[in-house]
Amino acid sequence: MHLSILATAARIDTGDTAWMLVATALVLMMTPALGLFYAGLVRSKNTLNTFMMCLGAIAVATVTWAAVGYSLAFDGNGSFVGGLSHAFLHGVGFAPRPGTAIPQLVFMAFQATFCIITVALVSGAVVERMRFGAFLVFAALWSVLVYAVLAHWVFGGGWLHARGTLDFAGGVPVEIGSGFSALAAAIIVGARKDYGRQALLPHNGMFVLLGAGLLWFGWFGFNGGSGLSTGNPSVLAFTNTLLTPACTLVAWFALDLIRGRKATAIGAATAIVVGCVAITPAGGFISPGWAMALGALAALPSYAIIVWRPRTPVDETLDVLAAHGMAGLLGIIFVGFFAELAWNGVSNGLLYGNAAQLGDQALAALAGPAYAFTATALLLRLMALVMPLRANEREEAIGMDVAQHGEEAYATGEGAILITPESGLEVELPVASPI
Amino acid sequence: MKLVIGIVRPEKANDVLEALYHADIRGVSMSRVQGHGGELERVETYRGTTVQMGLAEKVRFEIAVSDEFVRPTIDALRQGARTGEVGDGKIFVVPLDQAVRIRTGDTNIGAVTPVDK
Repeated sequence: MHLSILATAARIDTGDTAWMLVATALVLMMTPALGLFYAGLVRSKNTLNTFMMCLGAIAVATVTWAAVGYSLAFDGNGSFVGGLSHAFLHGVGFAPRPGTAIPQLVFMAFQATFCIITVALVSGAVVERMRFGAFLVFAALWSVLVYAVLAHWVFGGGWLHARGTLDFAGGVPVEIGSGFSALAAAIIVGARKDYGRQALLPHNGMFVLLGAGLLWFGWFGFNGGSGLSTGNPSVLAFTNTLLTPACTLVAWFALDLIRGRKATAIGAATAIVVGCVAITPAGGFISPGWAMALGALAALPSYAIIVWRPRTPVDETLDVLAAHGMAGLLGIIFVGFFAELAWNGVSNGLLYGNAAQLGDQALAALAGPAYAFTATALLLRLMALVMPLRANEREEAIGMDVAQHGEEAYATGEGAILITPESGLEVELPVASPI
Repeated sequence: MKLVIGIVRPEKANDVLEALYHADIRGVSMSRVQGHGGELERVETYRGTTVQMGLAEKVRFEIAVSDEFVRPTIDALRQGARTGEVGDGKIFVVPLDQAVRIRTGDTNIGAVTPVDK
């Protein structure tokens, strides 16, 4: 095993590299897709701000990832966190990443897109009220202190990786990491002022559907690329990324029809995400048959939480916990039961005679949420000591687009007076401040 | 019989509806309008083009009521719409010559009084 790694380490496989270049671009596209999905779910006065949080994640998390995040996640075998010898991409070049046949540069870029979308996912808990500046600071710190640490645990040689916990494409760092951090963020930042008093409805269902569709498309790169090659694990994960969400959709339709006699479009968009999330940790480890069962099963806990959560005081606005945290947790545990050596070439689950695998999976299902929730809550509490986390009530009422960005998503231009430098008005004024 | 017109902030429209409901005032029309009052104007910038938004989004309520309901309607509008900042809006009360309920042909007080089904 070790010898075979050394043998392949010397060369680059052009097929693998070609696929990973494409997969990286596919995963990066998921973040603007998430921006569409989220922007459709909020009220029209917060459209741009919600999308901008996703763009903010691309901006900030890419920089922190290149600076220290990648190194902390993927340098060395420290049990809690990696080292700093790849800081500022030192030593990251065309030579293959050990254990793969792709240049480490591509590997770094591929993993960066995972960090980016995870940061963007957390924004779903705090949209319509968190200050944009505070979110950028949070994104920078969270991408290093939470995401890089969790990624190291399961991907980079950390303690879960060393134990043999199976997480194909990021059930722990991406899905559990974002879901349970979102819960903490919603609690610390607090509910929107109108939460529980007014109906706060999605303003554009088409954005939601289009965003979900593009997320699914991108997820083929996310799961299909997580084998880091064009080999069997990638092929299996790619195909399961078709099968699982389709089954979640069917189950979600059934639940909608039983509960309300109508299959809903926003529900369907949510189901696509839930299915993609559920197969994320399991993609290359379970058979297509079990992947379909996982899809149907995954609908149940997420559906239940989405129905129940709005009745609680916790304004976890876009249900990141239900869609990502719960479905990711389910996927991680599902691997412990149904992993199959004949399909994955790595390990069996409980059903195929290896109870120890379930233990390793359960450990990840406990440690992941605990760390994500605690670290995020602590981080936001500390941030709140030095800066306001949320906009004031007046700004929240006007809408974050005008208050934070000085723009509207649906500006009509009626009654807008062009200001030229000669007209004498103070154009250096920060935009959106009343003159 | 009066027509009460209330022009309020869009973000307070829900609060106004709630207040009207609690005051037992049914039969409300509302529309989105753009207006210009004494409030401060805001500046927005799009790709380097800076504009001053001369018109503000408002919601216009129209409520036809019998005379004894004029006061409660005004109170509800003020209670729901007030923030204390410039730009909270205006209430106009105008006399109403005639009201007709289309379905039954009821006129005047009968037309502006909700029927219990």
